[in-house]
Amino acid sequence: MTVNKPSSGRERVFSKRRAALLAGCAATAALTLTACGGGATGTTTKDGFAQAPQKDGALTVWVDATRVEAAKLYQQQHPDVKLDIVTYDGDANGSNYLQTKVQLFNRTREGWPDVVFSAQNNEATWAVDAGFAAPLNKGLIPSASLGKFASGANDVCTVGGTVYCLRNDLSQAVLWYNAPLLKKFGYSVPTTWEEYQQLGEKVAKEHPGYLVGDAGDSYTPEIYLWASKCGANHITGPKSVSVNTTSEACTKMARLVDVLIKNKSMSISGVFSTDFGKNQADKVLLMPGPAWYGGAVFKGTFKTPAKQIAAAPIPQWKGDTSPSTGNVGGGTWLLSQHSTHIKAATDFLKWVTTDNAYQGEKAPGFPAYAPAAENWLKGQDASGYFASDLSALKAASSQVWPDWGSGQFSQEAIWAATVKPGMTQGKSIVSLLPAWQDSIVKYAKSNGYKVSQ
Amino acid sequence: MTLTPSSPGSAARRPRGAVRQSRAGTAFVAAYVVLLVAFGVLPTAYAVYFAFTDAGGKVTGFANFTATAHDFRFMDAVSHVAVYLAFWLLSLVVFVVALALLLHRLASGSASKALRFLYYIPGALAGAASVLVWLFMLDPTVSPVSSLLGMSGFHTFGEVIAPGNLPLLFTVIAFWTGAGGWIVVMYGALNNIPTDVMEAARIDGAGAWQTAWHVQIPMLRKWIVYMVILAFAGGAQLFVEPQLLSLASVGVAGRDYSLNQLTFDFAFQMNNINGAAAVSVELLVVSVSAAALFVARSGFFDAD
Repeated sequence: MTVNKPSSGRERVFSKRRAALLAGCAATAALTLTACGGGATGTTTKDGFAQAPQKDGALTVWVDATRVEAAKLYQQQHPDVKLDIVTYDGDANGSNYLQTKVQLFNRTREGWPDVVFSAQNNEATWAVDAGFAAPLNKGLIPSASLGKFASGANDVCTVGGTVYCLRNDLSQAVLWYNAPLLKKFGYSVPTTWEEYQQLGEKVAKEHPGYLVGDAGDSYTPEIYLWASKCGANHITGPKSVSVNTTSEACTKMARLVDVLIKNKSMSISGVFSTDFGKNQADKVLLMPGPAWYGGAVFKGTFKTPAKQIAAAPIPQWKGDTSPSTGNVGGGTWLLSQHSTHIKAATDFLKWVTTDNAYQGEKAPGFPAYAPAAENWLKGQDASGYFASDLSALKAASSQVWPDWGSGQFSQEAIWAATVKPGMTQGKSIVSLLPAWQDSIVKYAKSNGYKVSQ
Repeated sequence: MTLTPSSPGSAARRPRGAVRQSRAGTAFVAAYVVLLVAFGVLPTAYAVYFAFTDAGGKVTGFANFTATAHDFRFMDAVSHVAVYLAFWLLSLVVFVVALALLLHRLASGSASKALRFLYYIPGALAGAASVLVWLFMLDPTVSPVSSLLGMSGFHTFGEVIAPGNLPLLFTVIAFWTGAGGWIVVMYGALNNIPTDVMEAARIDGAGAWQTAWHVQIPMLRKWIVYMVILAFAGGAQLFVEPQLLSLASVGVAGRDYSLNQLTFDFAFQMNNINGAAAVSVELLVVSVSAAALFVARSGFFDAD
């Protein structure tokens, strides 16, 4: 036994090495072949793009951990469909996993998933150029269904008038607040940013430690500066952007946030940081934040008890006539041009974005498809977790300021790398605005954007 | 262990043994050469081909090199990697040699065995996993040494990962994960110093310090050069540490920090494989030149 063992072990090592060798040779051969090989053959142009020959077989669906539930529910309701559910990070926090993989699949000319969920809403900016996303309003999805999405919801998916993805959820910002606590302190919900600042100053004096907001996340500019109509990210064309971070709209909001950070009524930890969860989660009085804060932050991360959290419209500047708010993310679904199961893929895509069974009842965020959103709001009211109805969310869904776009470069990444370290060192946001602009311009240019300032 | 194969005894058997040995040697080298060609030479040649062509396969000369060098992140990344390399190589040479000498002093007894094992443990963890361990260590809210961090004035993760601290942090992480193996190698090299040399030093009245400085370190020189060459090549390819840190800090620190991250960005976010190849060819040229310099200056391949 003891004599035999090493020899068999050695054999195993050798065969492993041989396998690796073969794989290596095969990979090299494949690379050379694909490098020399020509384009795809046998495609038929239909629904606005060249479709690969259709085949039977499993439908490959890529989703993030949260959306696995949707895919599983679809499988349950459609037991005859062969579904291959693959979980990935959903491109959250700008990981660009999907883009990386698609670039690789484009080189090897195989392996693309049929339908993909992405937590980012700027996928259309590269997925169209990469020849991955299929046009959806050229025959695949009827215009009647497309028309029922909340107004502007699919703007991020539209390139040159063609829709290349469907929005999963909206992330319009509202003012979340702790209703019983606010009542106990004797405050009322601020409706203007001026009132909001005064309340923050009062809280700092009368109830130090309590918070009226957080400015530590990478999407902070999308909550405050977007709502204030700051023109930091105005995408004016497929490859052009206008950037101005030092206008009055930007500086007055930055000043407001600076005051509240200084008197410590606004945290700079970030709501998902371990620090916030441990020390500040039960000190939240007010919190401007996107629609998904209700479920993901208060209910999920902070475990705030039921009947405390309520939603109000985000404050407006005094004298402003049209209400405006920001938007933080909101996922999208893409269908692959290379799919060999387009019929099944389209069916899944339609179901997952519009069907009440998922979007209307189970979805964690505010559905982008308006009829499902109605149903979703009713469900939230019935669940009894929130201290108010969530009608503020519905109103805000059409008030997202349209001049803040979704470019190929990640605004969140730029803010995180440029402004956040300065804030940690105690610098004011106002003083960091020029550096922020500089950084946006550099990233935009390196991504091939024409920049006007 | 007890079955010592064919004792190197009689002179008559030697030639046959030598033939067998050389044949075995060729076989081993052949296997290595095949792997080297498949996973080293071919990819490198492929990268060089990419670096001098555009997406359509047309030869473009140095266009990819100038285009990537003009990217606003390029010079930053170069300086980041340069500072990191200075920290990393210096700490590696000083501490690895010092710890190996210390270990050798303690040669007898169980303390040495325990220390050797301790030094080596972090190296046994896979690279990315050990970086993750450090991400926990450096976050004051969850760190087991949070009081230590607090005493140094760090109260939040954001303060720990301030841009100025990064070279030091990456050095600490890299040292912890990579140095153990080198300490063991140096220890082995110290054991190879002939006992008569050490004895002569002792008889001549050299103390521990003098022995180390005038006998042991000079005899370790080639090993140190070997370590520096490999560490330089590895350090110039800095990637895992900043990439994981950038994920953990949600992009606050570590994004586009090193040249290798930049190549990753070029290849997969800006769809510029050729630019990425150009940067990686630059890295190759720099590492090979550094190795050549060290080899030439130290007489690395000179026979003793």
